[in-house]
Amino acid sequence: MRARRGEALIERVLLFLALSAVAMLGLIAVFIFLQGLPIMLEHGPGSFLLGMRWAPTKGGFGLLPMILSSVIVTLGAMVIAVPLGLACAIFLSEIAPRRVANLVRPAIQLLAGIPSVVFGFIGILIVVPLIRNYLGGPGLSVLAATIILGIMVLPTLISIAEDAIEAVPKPYKEGAMALGCTHSQAIFGVMLPAARGGILAAIILAMGRAVGETMAVIMVIGNAAIIPQSPLDPARTLTSNIALEMGYAAGEHQKALFATGVVLFVFIMILNSVATLRVVRGDRR
Amino acid sequence: MTRWINVEVRHRIIVAGLWSAAAATLAVLALIIGIVLWNGLPMITWSFLLEAPKEMGRAGGIFPAIVGTVAVTLLAIIVATPIGVGSAVYLTEYTSESFLTRVIRFGAECLSGIPSIIFGLFGFIFFVIQLRMGWSVMSGGLTLAVMILPTIMRTAEEAVKSVPESYREASFSTGATRWQTVTQVVLPAALPGIVTGIVLGIGRGVGETAAVIFTAGSSLHIPTSVFSPARTMAVHFYILAREGLSMPHAYGTAAVLVILILAINVTANWLMLRFRAKTS
Amino acid sequence: MSRCAAMTRAAQLLSLCGGFAWLCLVLPGCGRGGHGHALVLAGSTSVQPIAELIAEHYELEHHDRPVNVQGGGSTAGVKAATEGAADIGMSSRKLKDDEKDLEAIAIAMDAVALVVNPANPITDLSKEQVAGIYVGDLTRWGELGVEGLIGGRTDAITVVTREEGSGTRSAFEEGVMGKADISPRALVQDSTGTVRAIVASDPNAIGYISLGMVTSEVKAVTYNGVLPCEQTVESGAYALARPFLFLTRGAPSRAAQDFIDYALGVEGQRLVVQAGCVPVGGESE
Repeated sequence: MRARRGEALIERVLLFLALSAVAMLGLIAVFIFLQGLPIMLEHGPGSFLLGMRWAPTKGGFGLLPMILSSVIVTLGAMVIAVPLGLACAIFLSEIAPRRVANLVRPAIQLLAGIPSVVFGFIGILIVVPLIRNYLGGPGLSVLAATIILGIMVLPTLISIAEDAIEAVPKPYKEGAMALGCTHSQAIFGVMLPAARGGILAAIILAMGRAVGETMAVIMVIGNAAIIPQSPLDPARTLTSNIALEMGYAAGEHQKALFATGVVLFVFIMILNSVATLRVVRGDRR
Repeated sequence: MTRWINVEVRHRIIVAGLWSAAAATLAVLALIIGIVLWNGLPMITWSFLLEAPKEMGRAGGIFPAIVGTVAVTLLAIIVATPIGVGSAVYLTEYTSESFLTRVIRFGAECLSGIPSIIFGLFGFIFFVIQLRMGWSVMSGGLTLAVMILPTIMRTAEEAVKSVPESYREASFSTGATRWQTVTQVVLPAALPGIVTGIVLGIGRGVGETAAVIFTAGSSLHIPTSVFSPARTMAVHFYILAREGLSMPHAYGTAAVLVILILAINVTANWLMLRFRAKTS
Repeated sequence: MSRCAAMTRAAQLLSLCGGFAWLCLVLPGCGRGGHGHALVLAGSTSVQPIAELIAEHYELEHHDRPVNVQGGGSTAGVKAATEGAADIGMSSRKLKDDEKDLEAIAIAMDAVALVVNPANPITDLSKEQVAGIYVGDLTRWGELGVEGLIGGRTDAITVVTREEGSGTRSAFEEGVMGKADISPRALVQDSTGTVRAIVASDPNAIGYISLGMVTSEVKAVTYNGVLPCEQTVESGAYALARPFLFLTRGAPSRAAQDFIDYALGVEGQRLVVQAGCVPVGGESE
């Protein structure tokens, strides 16, 4: 009998621990929203989301240039990461001999482990001067950020996409090849469409990582709060906006930064939910 | 006949393209690690590792940063592991799939997608200011713990799930309670996988900058208690590189970091291989 | 079976230790105010090098009193002092009207120097010219009389500024810009080091940094004909001078007062000069 009651207690404790993850998420959300939402409502979400001028000490709370820059930089990073990443994923699951794959996979995992500041540093060292000397502009630009970000999200994209392709049942491929397709026709015509749920999830999760990256971006993007008109222009993303001014913001300024956090948070949650749902739905197939 | 050749040729070209993609990715990795190690390895001497920084890092070593990294990451692991493993055990051993379990998993998934700067914001306001912990190992470690919790939870769940049912059935048939089964049979069997999760969490924590700099601070002193501020190697590297105080020292710090990450990854992979071998 | 039992025993022991350590760390922690005995300074990144230099020497004489110096920017220093997060706040600008309830002690004088790339032939800039550049009216070095290209692909000026909460930026804005806003197209960097690095590597760049941080990588220009240096700052001839302030809420604590006295003493002021700034009180070496 005592064992049963002890069991019930243990179960409660474990449930408590398990709920703590959700609790932390809720706590973070509450904090950010508590600080950021009032000022957004006070000045109207419109002035935040559509305003053009970011001068928080003077009452300008326009986040539009930052939102657009975040979107542009993320999309640019995807343009680099998706073809390269998909190709690597296909390579790892279908083309590479086992020994090569066992070498390449850990190498890509290593890429995932490198701190973002090191990426930013390499960006400043190599990418920025290259852009400035050969393409023009100050070098600190949207282009520099997209290149660095694209490389940074590659490992995420590759590993999830690889899992998705691996999960396609073998008979799909074998059937296609039995009908006379080459290996690559089987891959592109049959396997990729079959894996498209998981591949989409990989892309969306990679997008989420790109949107949320801070340190590397802040070092190479120039942080000018304008709408970039060419890839060689500098820009400022939502994350660099927060990081640049957080340490010293006071009063209204600080609340405005939390409002930026709110926008970012909502954006990421949407991306993650879509990705999670897609993975679940993909699994059910 | 010509159509057949064309298709084959196209296939070969595609395969060549895929090989190049992999090669390009590896080349990028090699470039990054190469630059860091090329410039940074010469800096790594015993005095570099064991001395304190002088003139804010322009000279001297990085010992306080190493200690800071160990302290903050250790604290994060100590806090996150019981919660992560406990949750994993709960989800697999004590309940079946339900709304609650989906909520818990969704919560962990979302937590892992939140940008590090938001963790920094949250940690700063909550731990540093609200809870009055100040810039400290405590604030940094707790913030980091929340960040790596999803990683540990997910890997632990995978590990516990793949313990064969027969183990549990055998244990129950001897009259053991569920908790006894968990602690004496399931967890030991899942240990390699759990340790892999911990190692991955360490890897993530060691490289983290944005969340740590706003919570653990950037003091150059060796932290004497969990309430002292501390500087991690990633933060030290960021400050050195940003201020341009001393590029050689920045490279040296980065090299130590990269070697550490390399070691962590190799360990994690080796553990994972052992784990897979054990359970298959 | 014994190996299994040993592993189990080890796992139990480990989890026990871990749990115990966990409790030890978490329980005493809740609510403690925590700096311990260390003195905490936080604030301006311009004052930080001097503060750290003084702290380093102070600690040699006072072994039992560690001093921790944080950055964050002048406004962060004001906030930290006000909220008690730091014992002494550091500011590189005069206090604003709503910050006047803090005690401010000047420990050094500094100049904001305008710097350009060493390859740039310009040696003097007037207030109108600098304001014009930073507002965005003057966009090319050719408009300022520079013949040909300095080194880049165009002669477009790369304007670099500090972030909004920076004391250096406030001093610059007060002295040069007046009511006009700095162009949103300007590149924003959050530390003197990165501003200097950009100006050093981009031939078309112009920026402003603390006089004490000027190195041979960049070239300081004369402002309205006056060279920024110790003499001109002391005499007042250089217009862009600003005080480095230590801020406390109310009277400083004994430990803080001791440190402040050291900073104002002979040794401290010698270190101020060593750091490239101007001592207060007219005692210059």
